[in-house]
Amino acid sequence: MRFGVVRFPGSCDERDALLAADRVGEADFLWHADPDLHGVDAVIVPGGFSYGDYLRVGAIARFAPVMASVLAFARDGGPVLGICNGFQVLCEAGLLPGALLPNTSLRFVCRQVEVEVVNPDTAFTRACARGDRLSIPVKHTTGRFYSPGPLDERQVVLRYAPGQNPNGSQDDIAGVSNAAGNVLGLMPHPEHAVDPLTGSADGLKLFESVAIEPAVPA
Amino acid sequence: MSLPSLPDQAARAVELGLTAGEYARIFERLGREPNDVELAMFSLMWSEHCGYKHSRKLLRALPTEGSRVVLGPGENAGAVDVGGGRAVAFKVESHNHPSAVEPFQGAATGVGGILRDVFAVGARPIAVLDSLRFGEPTSERSRYLFDGAVAGIGHYGNSIGVPTVGGEVYFEAPYEANCLINAMCVGLATQERLIRSAAAGPGNVLVLLGASTGRDGIGGASVLASAELGEADQAKRPSVQIGDPFAESELLECCLDLLERDLLVALQDLGAAGLTSGASEMAEKGGVGVDLDVARVPLREPGMAPWEIMISESQERMLGVVAPDQLDAVLAVCERWQVRATAIGGVTDSDRLRVLDDGAVVADLPVPTLVDCPLYDLEPAAPTAPLYPAPARTLDDDDPGAALVALLGSPNLASRCPVFEQYDPIVQSRTVRRPAQADAAVLVLDPAAGDGPAIAVAIDGNGRRVACAPREGAAEAVYECAANLAATGAEPLGLTNCLNFGNPEKPHVAWQLEQAVGGLADACRALGVPVVGGNVSLYNESPDGPIYPSPIVGMVGELAQASRAGRLDFHRAGDAIALVGAFRPSLAGSELAKLRGAPLAPIPAPDPAAIRAAHAAVRDAVRHGRVRGAHDVAEGGLAVALAESALAGGLGADVDLPALGDRDTTLFGEALGAAFLVSGDEAELAQIPGAMVIGRVGGEGLRIAVGGDLVVDRGLEELGAAHGDGVARLFS
Repeated sequence: MRFGVVRFPGSCDERDALLAADRVGEADFLWHADPDLHGVDAVIVPGGFSYGDYLRVGAIARFAPVMASVLAFARDGGPVLGICNGFQVLCEAGLLPGALLPNTSLRFVCRQVEVEVVNPDTAFTRACARGDRLSIPVKHTTGRFYSPGPLDERQVVLRYAPGQNPNGSQDDIAGVSNAAGNVLGLMPHPEHAVDPLTGSADGLKLFESVAIEPAVPA
Repeated sequence: MSLPSLPDQAARAVELGLTAGEYARIFERLGREPNDVELAMFSLMWSEHCGYKHSRKLLRALPTEGSRVVLGPGENAGAVDVGGGRAVAFKVESHNHPSAVEPFQGAATGVGGILRDVFAVGARPIAVLDSLRFGEPTSERSRYLFDGAVAGIGHYGNSIGVPTVGGEVYFEAPYEANCLINAMCVGLATQERLIRSAAAGPGNVLVLLGASTGRDGIGGASVLASAELGEADQAKRPSVQIGDPFAESELLECCLDLLERDLLVALQDLGAAGLTSGASEMAEKGGVGVDLDVARVPLREPGMAPWEIMISESQERMLGVVAPDQLDAVLAVCERWQVRATAIGGVTDSDRLRVLDDGAVVADLPVPTLVDCPLYDLEPAAPTAPLYPAPARTLDDDDPGAALVALLGSPNLASRCPVFEQYDPIVQSRTVRRPAQADAAVLVLDPAAGDGPAIAVAIDGNGRRVACAPREGAAEAVYECAANLAATGAEPLGLTNCLNFGNPEKPHVAWQLEQAVGGLADACRALGVPVVGGNVSLYNESPDGPIYPSPIVGMVGELAQASRAGRLDFHRAGDAIALVGAFRPSLAGSELAKLRGAPLAPIPAPDPAAIRAAHAAVRDAVRHGRVRGAHDVAEGGLAVALAESALAGGLGADVDLPALGDRDTTLFGEALGAAFLVSGDEAELAQIPGAMVIGRVGGEGLRIAVGGDLVVDRGLEELGAAHGDGVARLFS
């Protein structure tokens, strides 16, 4: 299983994503200016920042040359994981429903939270069981999920455990997928929960999910 | 913007912050009047901020030698050997005056500046810590500064992908008009990639990397950082720099990439005094000359005069020295990172710094003269009357349980989680102990390898105790910081410090400074910890008087095995709790004394031998897995330390303390860095030299007896509510 981790100007959690993916397969960086995905089996759009995010978060990154290829890869069924800023980028790119708004506190928040797997039938949750609680940190200023229209229940993949919603997200939603289930975006950082030494290994399940059963692009 | 029109250069020099005597010295050394550009350059290089003219002689008292020192004072950052061919570079620096004028950008650029100091030596920044001081939070202005500074630190650190892993904040009235923002950065490098700032090789090219140059921060070092704050500071806002963490992130990656490819001869951060300081320091260290042409410097706005370009403190800029045949390769790497890179001059085999404007010489100064800032002897005199009024009384209740609740909810001791949650402490995947999990942050050196060698980092300094007794208080800051490392199992490798004081031209401030440096030197020698770098911030003074003398100490220590790192919480019901260390607490200078409005009183002298023994005992116990919890006994004394461990673990405790003085002294007396609470199996604790079992973990409350008499019995819920709310409410 070969993961490609996109690197935008100003990315900052891309090494963490690379380390996490490396635990279940091979991982290399994909450069923002290079549209070639170099034959990877899965793409991670990492957390952190992109282009400084001085405009609306993710608004510029979606225009990076690599993103056109990521979009095509996703539409062909390739597994794509968007973490935090990556989630925001995938929403901006129209791959995922909804949008991320500023936290109700209007402050950056970093906190270890529990998220509940509500749909184990996606490329990144199939190693989980419905109802599994994963201890994963969040860290963001703009993480309040909002969907103007009703969401297909199957697209709600992860929810914050009751009482642990850190940002005011609609219906406690922490992660959503596209209709096909091959693209997942989430605000918590599973790449920061891959080793008990640094807090938790629960996030590893998301990477294992895609590694144990490689999705073959249709 | 132009220099004010004044009758002659001597008057202009005074307007720029130089003294008449200093101007005379410049005139004599040059044998002529300096022109406007030269005068502007002198005014910065001979400012307190750049020239250390009132502190440099004193700093010679600090021990700087050690077998693990790789880079000592004088480089952009100091560095110590951490084994495996790796070095850890670190430094603390102040950004006080800009933050008092504009807290968000002041604090943000404080972080940006210290990051550049660390990657300027070729180290990747892996951690940031901050030390903050504000007036009492009853003041609206203090709350505004606190909120803005925390947001600014988060904005910069969170955006650039360097974890903010620790820090401390105190609120005291003498910081009301003059807050302190000190930031420390820790970086990791392979030793062979460490680079110095000395320019070398006449014929080599000077390349300016990073942001364009604007009028922001003009005269920041002389205008803001080297004079007392006064009424008209709002007008100084334009002297505060504006930070761009995205630009710095690209600059950081670009510089590390250039070093990895071995394309740089030297590298220097452009901070205070901008190009003037950067170019002259590189030339001086290399014993060479430099020519640079301001017409080639990319500008943010048109019409900037050469003197403005030379002293601009625009952020996110570095100066590199490159061999001519590698210039194209350098420019190609910079283009990939979208970092602007411009050849602006070159190294010469003279001893002169020449500034050209499109080829025409506009300044021509001997480097040795420019950097030869006059050094002044202090005229210290111990004050004959108290320098600071007694703190305002806020606690009347004599009941020790009520005192404990009040202490836990007081701004200086309440939970810092509402601050830490606004920072990212985990990016880079090496944070093994996050803030509030242990007394120091613990970072594993090789995250890909998992468990293995790690470093612990902490920052400390209690200004009120230094005000009580400058020598003892400063020594205590070192002991306290080392105790924080010991509680995680780490052995100190090196120390950095930032000396924040008032106006050194005043005899009582000079006395504080001299005493405090002596105290730092005493403690560093006692622990065998070398000082590898630091910073001095003077003139922290307002019309109401000087700040508390505030030496801030940052320390880096090593642990062989990250997973063994200590935690501060009570971990298991039934565990025994022991006190380790020759603890001789006193209420002088304590938090309880503050709440009771007691005048500042001299704190007892620390006992270095006993402290060293206690640190070694706890460090060994943690390393050998003999304890499940270790926490140093700091502000608020034993009662507060017990409550902190209990709240962190969600487990109560039942203890009986031996009388260490009267009841309140036993419960709340302080002697920072001298003692620890450890918890674990009683048989294991019995192996620790000097450990005395005082009670057991368990229950839902904290019950403390002194000499058999139960004096505190409070539920964790009540204690937790007070502890959780004390700082949280300042953000609402």
